[in-house]
Amino acid sequence: MRYLVCIKQTPDTAELPKISPDEAASGKLSVNLVVNPWDEHAIEAGLQLMESYGGATGAVTVGDEGAIDALRSALAMGCKDATLVEHTDEVDALGVAELLAGAVKHDGEVNVVLTGQMTVDGNSGAVPVALARKLGWPVLTGVAKIVELTDDSITVERVVGQARITVKTPLPVVVSVIKEIGEPRYPTFINIRKAARVKVPTLTAADLGVDAPAPVTHLSNFRKPPARDAHVKLFEGSPQEAAAALVDALLEEKVL
Amino acid sequence: MKFLVYIETDSGDVVASSWEALGAALSLSDDVEAVVIGDKISVVVEETVERGAKKVYVVEDETRAIFDLDRHLADVKNALEASGADAFLASHTNNGRDLAAALGADKGAGVIADALELSLEDDGLKGVRGIYTGNILVDVTVDGAPQIATLRPRAFAPAEKVEGANAEVSLMDPADVDSPYEVLGVQRAEKGEVSLTEASIIVSGGRGVAKDPELGFDLIRELAGLLGAAVGASRAAVDAGFISYDHQVGQTGKVVRPDLYIACGISGAVQHLAGMGSSKIIVAVNKDEEAPIFSVANYGIVGDLFQVVPAISEAVREKVGK
Repeated sequence: MRYLVCIKQTPDTAELPKISPDEAASGKLSVNLVVNPWDEHAIEAGLQLMESYGGATGAVTVGDEGAIDALRSALAMGCKDATLVEHTDEVDALGVAELLAGAVKHDGEVNVVLTGQMTVDGNSGAVPVALARKLGWPVLTGVAKIVELTDDSITVERVVGQARITVKTPLPVVVSVIKEIGEPRYPTFINIRKAARVKVPTLTAADLGVDAPAPVTHLSNFRKPPARDAHVKLFEGSPQEAAAALVDALLEEKVL
Repeated sequence: MKFLVYIETDSGDVVASSWEALGAALSLSDDVEAVVIGDKISVVVEETVERGAKKVYVVEDETRAIFDLDRHLADVKNALEASGADAFLASHTNNGRDLAAALGADKGAGVIADALELSLEDDGLKGVRGIYTGNILVDVTVDGAPQIATLRPRAFAPAEKVEGANAEVSLMDPADVDSPYEVLGVQRAEKGEVSLTEASIIVSGGRGVAKDPELGFDLIRELAGLLGAAVGASRAAVDAGFISYDHQVGQTGKVVRPDLYIACGISGAVQHLAGMGSSKIIVAVNKDEEAPIFSVANYGIVGDLFQVVPAISEAVREKVGK
């Protein structure tokens, strides 16, 4: 079995509020970059599959040279190989999906593609589905648990709204996971050392025979959301007195 | 501009945020049609007419009872062709998100995903959405036909019922699709459990329940029950095993925007604020008056949630609904 985890390098979530509109517009960020937190769960899922069913788990990302750091994190967690699709032209979700589909086909052996359910920067959650459509493969989103993998099928538990749905589909498949799939493991010291020395292969769109489409999604007028106009009113006194005053205030606001 | 709005159903019931997508379309155009796909959906179809769609395309079939991306997408494409709509709207639910992403990918069209606002500009749609987990807002326009947008639940007013509304209902054959998805089982939420993304009130618990997590969340659930609210939690509470992940609000949980968010024993890390910062009114209950949650809260009580939350429940019993 071959599992390929698609990851993205994104800002450390604690630093997201520091990003300025200008940085967001140019894409040149001064904040600390890490593996997209949702994708860490996808890496964990890939490693668990490898441990349970054998085979090899690789990682791939689309980005500039700096994104190799994210791939090294994936290697340090336990991925067997990593590939950078170097692409610095502006791309949107469809462009990324096209490039990732090229990377999956280039690999040629992949049975299960794994992704996180969205990125903390783009937030659209469109890539897993778009990638599956480009590949012509089925896609399972919101996957909380992989129940069974066989030579030609996968059975998973999906969370959709408030329902949990157990669904089976033939391989190959794109699986996008949520946090419940498992907490990402910490890289071991030895793996970090090894990952630092790996020469990460780099491919371009041309190597993949892909013509990444020009963006069909156009962003403009980057701005900070209006600040919350909140000056907290504190209620004092005994818990009963404070609670009564709070409920009066909420009735006044017409939210109860 | 002609709109086609996707009215999502699940086992015959409407997914309520679909009415918001219909409302958004009706606020922008007089020419609004809808597509309803599912099984045993006559009530939903009737309500779609009552809420003002001019024409409703209906695919009713046993195989459509539960959302199936390939089948529902094929039906939507048929409805789009029959309608000739210029724009397609859906609520940004799990299924709405997947449907729009697949439609966009197949048609090479962009998607305005998870829009907070929507307007018309130059014969197309213009949306406002958050990126960097809501820390930056942008205007978004897309290329492609149809113009596609998914709307953040609770960001748009639902379409209201109209007296004497009348619409043409067009029954369509289900698209002939071999689906790769075989559903083996469905487990639903307990009756009465309110969905976080649809809730108008949320009561959430955090690390502050640690000294007795079971009692802490019992008190939070009691208050939530009195208010008809959903129960939320911070990542800290989920990671500590106090409550299951489906209750998590925040960056790696759910993004919510209720009218009232009551944060109990939640310090207010930026990752949590990213998930609930656009709530209309925020109430914080925390022992630590320096907790960052107070900087976004409208109202606060500095105190022990084990005393304050039951006191709020008591006050609600006394004062609300009288």
